[in-house]
Amino acid sequence: MDRWVQSACVLCSNGCGCDIAVKDGRIVGVRGRAEDIVNRGRLGPKGLHGSWQAHGEERLTRPLIRRGGELVETDWDTAMSEIVRRSQQLLAESGPLTHGFYTSGQLFLEEYYTLGVIGKAGLGTPHMDGNTRLCTATAAAALKESFGADGQPACHADIDLCDALFLFGHNMAATQTVMWSRVLDRIEGPDRPRLVVVDPRTTPTAEAADVHLAPLPGTNQALLNGLLRELIKRDRIDHDYVSAHTLGFDELKATVESYTPERVAEICRIAPGDLRRAAEIFGTSQRVLSTVLQGFYQSHQATAAACQVNNLHLLRGQIGRPGSGVLQMNGQPTAQNTREAGANGDLPGFRNWDNPAHVEELAELWNVDPLVIPHWAPPTHAMQIWRYAEQGSIKFLWISATNPVVSLPDLGRIRNILRQEGLFVIVQDAFRTETTELADVVLPAAMWGEKQGTFTNLSRVVHLSDQAVEPPGEARSDLDIFLDYASRMGFRDRDGEPLVKWKDAEGAFDAWRECSRGRPCDYSDLSYEKLRGGSGIPWGGERLYADGVFPTAADHCEDYGHDLLTGATTTPTDYRARRPDGRAFLKAAEHTPPPEVPSDEYPFLGTTGRSVYHFHTRTKTKRAPELQKAAPDPWVEMSASDAETLGLSEGDVVRVESERGGVEVPVRIGRCRDGVVFLPFHYGFQAANELTLTEWDPVSKQPLFKISAVRIRKV
Amino acid sequence: MLLANHLGVLHSTLGTLAETFREVAARHGDEPDVRHICELLAQRIDRQAEQLKPVVDRYGESGEPEPSLLRDLQDLYALASFTDITWTVVGQAAQGLRDQELMDVVSACEQDTARQLAWLKTRIKQSAPQALIVAGS
Ligand code: SF4
Repeated sequence: MDRWVQSACVLCSNGCGCDIAVKDGRIVGVRGRAEDIVNRGRLGPKGLHGSWQAHGEERLTRPLIRRGGELVETDWDTAMSEIVRRSQQLLAESGPLTHGFYTSGQLFLEEYYTLGVIGKAGLGTPHMDGNTRLCTATAAAALKESFGADGQPACHADIDLCDALFLFGHNMAATQTVMWSRVLDRIEGPDRPRLVVVDPRTTPTAEAADVHLAPLPGTNQALLNGLLRELIKRDRIDHDYVSAHTLGFDELKATVESYTPERVAEICRIAPGDLRRAAEIFGTSQRVLSTVLQGFYQSHQATAAACQVNNLHLLRGQIGRPGSGVLQMNGQPTAQNTREAGANGDLPGFRNWDNPAHVEELAELWNVDPLVIPHWAPPTHAMQIWRYAEQGSIKFLWISATNPVVSLPDLGRIRNILRQEGLFVIVQDAFRTETTELADVVLPAAMWGEKQGTFTNLSRVVHLSDQAVEPPGEARSDLDIFLDYASRMGFRDRDGEPLVKWKDAEGAFDAWRECSRGRPCDYSDLSYEKLRGGSGIPWGGERLYADGVFPTAADHCEDYGHDLLTGATTTPTDYRARRPDGRAFLKAAEHTPPPEVPSDEYPFLGTTGRSVYHFHTRTKTKRAPELQKAAPDPWVEMSASDAETLGLSEGDVVRVESERGGVEVPVRIGRCRDGVVFLPFHYGFQAANELTLTEWDPVSKQPLFKISAVRIRKV
Repeated sequence: MLLANHLGVLHSTLGTLAETFREVAARHGDEPDVRHICELLAQRIDRQAEQLKPVVDRYGESGEPEPSLLRDLQDLYALASFTDITWTVVGQAAQGLRDQELMDVVSACEQDTARQLAWLKTRIKQSAPQALIVAGS
């Protein structure tokens, strides 16, 4: 071992501080950083094995270009010239709306910001989003709807301080193992907090719970309306807080009025007593921490249901205090930065696309005409970008660090889109994937440890990840690739100077600090120097909203909000008329039946999720032997009684089919509630997303992975 | 570029609108306020058409666009606007009749109509640039 290089793990949103061990110019291991406030030295199985073992294996080391139908190796100059030629040709012919960018939740902040500036001020296209739309879009949407801007109110230390913990659709033991260890410290230690888990499966997380609620997929909104009604009926409400710091109580009260425990029990197929007990725990605890994840975000009425969790906390005045608060969780490690820096469509620095003053601020900062910056409509969300590509109006699609041919719903359609004549596809990745195989140009990218940059975890903690080793072959950092594109395209500001003025990661970070200054996600106090040594540092302080003042003032807020039922935007005039002035919104919505329900032909509800051993489409984790061995193949999980009815035993291979497609996988018997089957989504073969439907939440535009009606037969 | 088609539609719609204001003014000459204001508004619409002219000269103007999602949404918007104003009409009658039940129905449904219009407008705003500038090119 020659040296340790400071970093943090990029395999889930927990963002554990770690050091990378380097020997002879290679990464040989990692260790947790004891001084880090997120993980205090711990690392989980993915962090220990998945983060670095993939580095040597099967990497892309040279650019590839399609010639005569085949991808062949080429040099950077040829690849980039081809990209720039196509880009300029399309700009001249039909303008910037021909360009789309589909990025990731795994790049660094500096890379997203650079991409954001290129897209918004260089080209002027609103078509930028990422696979973060699949994982965290609802977190961002719910935070904006309730509090006026994105940003997680709570912090990791709240796990140590809470007296009740609520996990809403969050299988923490599988998704964030180190965070879960911190929870285990509490629930197996003295002074155990009460634990409530909402999940249709009996996961290990759910097994540890005092109350486990297993609602039918698609009924979260009804469940939450029921919990809110109980709080109101039993007067477990902090009336002073509600009147001083919130808006919309009367409407919320009227909306939840009809959700009696009995009615909710019928809709969700749970026991009414369990609902009452859960509400009792929420209403009688002094320090409640809630976390929310995919069981809500990828399900029906995603944003509405996630907002109701915020409402529970607002009604109790339990937000921003030690041990109390909400973590609207992120899935991917750097998803927070896509949202902050504007690579997901939002304007950088949590600026409001519908507020001309915010657009003007950016125009001034970048020294460009405000008209260049797309702000005439909400940014184009991922599913809409794919639709435009399908219809042929997006003709240039640049995909970075993600594998949509496995992760998006309805894969057959996605493959057809990428194969379409007239769509020029660039894929930038460290490995060959199902997606690179359909590209016109493939650019080899450096990975974590081979480049420098920062990223922000689910509790706003910013870590610096230094470069430990050189990238293999000719691979380059995503930042260098974007910078090269910008300089070849010759993007200029109003004075004819280069639009993108930085040349490296630290330069990009400093530019971002200026961009974020004065905004809710203010990084101006941070620097590479401060982030080196010691722990990661949260922006905005340890907790947000300790004073009960939310970023809802009309001039300050990130968004004017939406109708939760349809996604219609609130107009600036209507928003101002409500005079939120720092008060949070108690947004209400009735429960509506999900778009797909079990039928005679498709009698089961299929839901998808993660395995503890893999991340996303396994591009990295399948290359780590320990992880691959632990979970090599996909499966379908169902309850013992459903298996019995179908005459199936453990290991039988079945065909699971929805209206859209099918997979053949072995059966595992166990953890599902009756009528619900589960499939992990990581696998590119027998992929769970052959089954899922192209449908999304009206506000967050996050696809509905969690509900597909399916049938099952033995093969 | 479909912008030219939509400019064409806008141009001819402005003409029809001004003409209709004038017809209504003439037909209801016994209502002096209606007559006067309708004429005033018709003149202002003539001015709008003039303002549009240099832009039409630049982009050209062509016939009705093909049926599309955008056109369908525009039609829905027109229909929903008509429902909206009809709820208003009925609501006014409810007030006059002091019919509480009808007033409650109207006020709930007016909100729902506002939601339809808001959603349509959001979706139309999102689709329009792509549909008018790049689609079909
Ligand atoms: S919990 Fe997440 S960030 Fe921490 S080591 Fe495991 S995968 Fe990495």
